[in-house]
Amino acid sequence: MSDLKGIYALWYRETKVFLREKSRVVASIVNPILWFLIIGGGIGSTVSISGIDYQTFIYPGVLIQTVLFSSIFFGVYIVWDRKIDFLKEVLVSPMSRTSIFIGKVLGGSTDTLLQILILYVIGYGFDSAGLLPGIRLNPATLLASSIIILVTTAGTVSIGLIAGSRMESPEGFQLVGSFVIFPMFFLSGALFPVDNLPPWLAPFVYLDPVTYSVDGLRAVLIGTSTFSFAHDFTVITAFTAAAIIAGTYAFKTMKV
Amino acid sequence: MHSIEAKGLSKTYDNLTAVDNLNLQVKEGEIFGLLGPNGAGKTTTLLMLATLIKPTSGTAVVNGHDVSTEPGDVRRSAGIVFQDPSSDDILTGYENLKLHGWLYDMPGDLMEERIREVLALVDLTERKDDRVKKYSGGMRRRLELARGLMHRPKVLFLDEPTIGLDPQSRERVWGYIKKMAHDEKITTIITTHYMDEADRLCDRLAIIDKGKIVVQGTPKTLKKGLGGDIIRIKARKLNLEDLRKLACVKKAGRCDGEVCLTVENASKNMQEILNAAGTVESVEVRTPTLDDVFLHYTGRDMRDESPEGGWAERVMHMRTTK
Repeated sequence: MSDLKGIYALWYRETKVFLREKSRVVASIVNPILWFLIIGGGIGSTVSISGIDYQTFIYPGVLIQTVLFSSIFFGVYIVWDRKIDFLKEVLVSPMSRTSIFIGKVLGGSTDTLLQILILYVIGYGFDSAGLLPGIRLNPATLLASSIIILVTTAGTVSIGLIAGSRMESPEGFQLVGSFVIFPMFFLSGALFPVDNLPPWLAPFVYLDPVTYSVDGLRAVLIGTSTFSFAHDFTVITAFTAAAIIAGTYAFKTMKV
Repeated sequence: MHSIEAKGLSKTYDNLTAVDNLNLQVKEGEIFGLLGPNGAGKTTTLLMLATLIKPTSGTAVVNGHDVSTEPGDVRRSAGIVFQDPSSDDILTGYENLKLHGWLYDMPGDLMEERIREVLALVDLTERKDDRVKKYSGGMRRRLELARGLMHRPKVLFLDEPTIGLDPQSRERVWGYIKKMAHDEKITTIITTHYMDEADRLCDRLAIIDKGKIVVQGTPKTLKKGLGGDIIRIKARKLNLEDLRKLACVKKAGRCDGEVCLTVENASKNMQEILNAAGTVESVEVRTPTLDDVFLHYTGRDMRDESPEGGWAERVMHMRTTK
């Protein structure tokens, strides 16, 4: 139990750094706004999905996009962090690798959740401006949405940490983007409904754990979904549990 | 009783032997240097002793704890300062130390007391609330040294402690290291490829080349072991064999178009040597340095070695030269 303070230290550091690096925060929210306004507005001008305004339809998808990019890159960053940054100091401390992993997951999840909170505020603003017809943003739905996002994020941070723990140099950054983040994002149904897909595509979409996060968020925030909420939540939880177990193992065997 | 004892310590990667059957013993409160060119296996040795790399074979005991079976105990009783920065530059110096206190599970009061103490030791008290980003390279190294001392380790591992520092900062860092080792009896192991650092700082040192210890001893005995002074002569029609016949000449060889001699008591035997050398164009006499020791035992000049090529080093180099 002596690692509790250490876990707190890891969390404290991530949160401090996040709050101090204003440019990172700005960069992380500009992207979702562009997606929302340009893709949402552009496609939405001619398309609506079973009666739902397209901009409203992709709002949950944009949240998940932020989760994916922010949390996975947070994890992959340890390829630097363990060589020329603070993680090296953590790895020589008496803390167990499992505790270090937990601290990292908590820190990364907090980072992502803070960005999501900003996107809630922006969503609220858009809603007030009439850009999000049919969205349901209230304390109850936002709480439910945050729980889904938190569980998802713990899993995706773990995926990033696993990738980062195996990489020897930052050259692999792009690969993680192309082969992990983008496929997970595009397959998740963030931009399209997943209930009437061509047969070759459907299996990939259903294998993507994030599909169920998007579906769960739609159920909560818009009131439409393909699967039942219990189904969504079970899949996400199972994914995250598996990712955490795999991540703990990856950290135990990680080279400095 | 030795603070550190390594027996047959080896590390192999695929087909490369980074450290080859290394044996060493370090006494309590001693500053022990691992001296060698880049890629010689110094850092690998240090990281094995610090439990960050698992040895392929052999054992090492640090403060009575085996590095393979009791890594947690070794870590609690050891401090380490890396060659590359490992502090967070967005946080302040004070915050970095506080994180260290938490990582080592120190009680709050004790932590605050130690932070004050180590900040004073490295003269950073006034800058403690500045972000590390605003520190110079020397200040950052001092902060990390202070951090390594915060939990009162019995052993301190320092990987190239003054690399990239200006001469003034180097002197200060050396001063702190000596003070901690000799006053507080903290056993210190440093790796370095600077001959002057090894000479000035270390009580004893081991010269490492290609993963093996080629020789070890105090800087003084190593230099004495060469058997005399170094003379470089440039002369026309010089005959090496004539010089080798002289009783005072221990070793003679060609170096960069000149002749290098190791000579017993050079000042007394100079006339005899000059006579044997023929028409002399220039002559240089000096006492041996660790460079000569390295050259003597490895047959190579350490200054010719190319720098390390890892990506992290390249990035750091880019950052520091910006």
